[in-house]
Amino acid sequence: MHELSLCEGIIETVEEQAVIKQYSRVKAVRLEIGRLSCVEAEAMAFAFDAVAKGTMVEGARLEIDEVPGKGWCATCSSEVEISQRFDGCPLCEHYPIEIRQGDEMRIKHVEVE
Amino acid sequence: MCTVCGCGEDQEHGHSHEHPHEHAHDHTHDHSHGHGHHDYSLGEAGVHVAGMDQARLVSIEKDILSKNNQYATANRRWFNERGILTLNLVSSPGAGKTTLLTETIKALDSDSPVSVIEGDQQTSVDADRIRATGVKAIQINTGKGCHLDGHMVGHALDELKPATGSTLFIENVGNLVCPAAFDLGEASKVVILSVTEGADKPLKYPDMFHAADLMILNKIDLLPYVDFDLEACCDYARRINPGIKILQLSATTGEGMSNWLNWIKLNQTLAQTGITDQGTVS
Repeated sequence: MHELSLCEGIIETVEEQAVIKQYSRVKAVRLEIGRLSCVEAEAMAFAFDAVAKGTMVEGARLEIDEVPGKGWCATCSSEVEISQRFDGCPLCEHYPIEIRQGDEMRIKHVEVE
Repeated sequence: MCTVCGCGEDQEHGHSHEHPHEHAHDHTHDHSHGHGHHDYSLGEAGVHVAGMDQARLVSIEKDILSKNNQYATANRRWFNERGILTLNLVSSPGAGKTTLLTETIKALDSDSPVSVIEGDQQTSVDADRIRATGVKAIQINTGKGCHLDGHMVGHALDELKPATGSTLFIENVGNLVCPAAFDLGEASKVVILSVTEGADKPLKYPDMFHAADLMILNKIDLLPYVDFDLEACCDYARRINPGIKILQLSATTGEGMSNWLNWIKLNQTLAQTGITDQGTVS
């Protein structure tokens, strides 16, 4: 359940930004989570509600944009779509694929009052 | 997270790169507290969504792990300035981390001081085992937490005070999932897999094997008694991480230990490059 710690990090960052960008209440938090990252969206949503209690984020919607995994196959010189870190090249079946996209975990923006 | 020392001030320009700031574990507190870096040039938001009042959306654009990464960066800088080699040992429960560690400490030269941070959910059993070898050890109990984070390690350093030029081993919570994402400021993650486990673990827990620089296959004295495909395991690990180094050893019989000790000594030399007894001259 590292999603719990990740949510604590999210709320800490959102609270910190509240001072700089002057908001006091958060209605929604939008994340960008890569398919190859170590995050389970459902676990994230569960942890988020629990951790948000008693903060300016309490009751906020958690919106998650999933980013597909993309990598580069050096064997056949192609950019390919992958769904897991250990996938081989779907074109030539060789390993390894150099991951170019899909392991991001970012806070994009917040909707505030 | 940082309610104890309130050291989490972060200065952002509204874009995503990190600004490593001094998280002063030695309590010099020489970082500035967040003035002069506010940027409102993007308007109140900097994000445009059709049909939505712009003022109600505020761009954040930060990595979810950015808080942890700030602490880890501060730890890493602290280690670098003192020539301290820090290794983060990770594995499933029962792979033999603590035995490997006690045998390693006994085998390392006494003129190179060693200290240990032990992470477990509960008990101080492991730290007691380490202290029995005569080195300093601090136990961090994470309670319900499944991994150590950069902040916990920073505070452990306050108490542990590892010497300049020493080696610090961090034995993470036995878990091949969560510790992969949390940088502690270490020079390398070392993942330990024992031959009594499944050879396909690199595929099952790819994040960890991707994050590690070295994989140790432990308990090789048991190979004749278990069905463990050594070659396949190494192949899987390299699929995930082509650059990973692999060592086979048995911490119990001592077989293969010299390769591991040589790897440590080489990395000690790297960590100490350019360091005087007083640390780096800045």
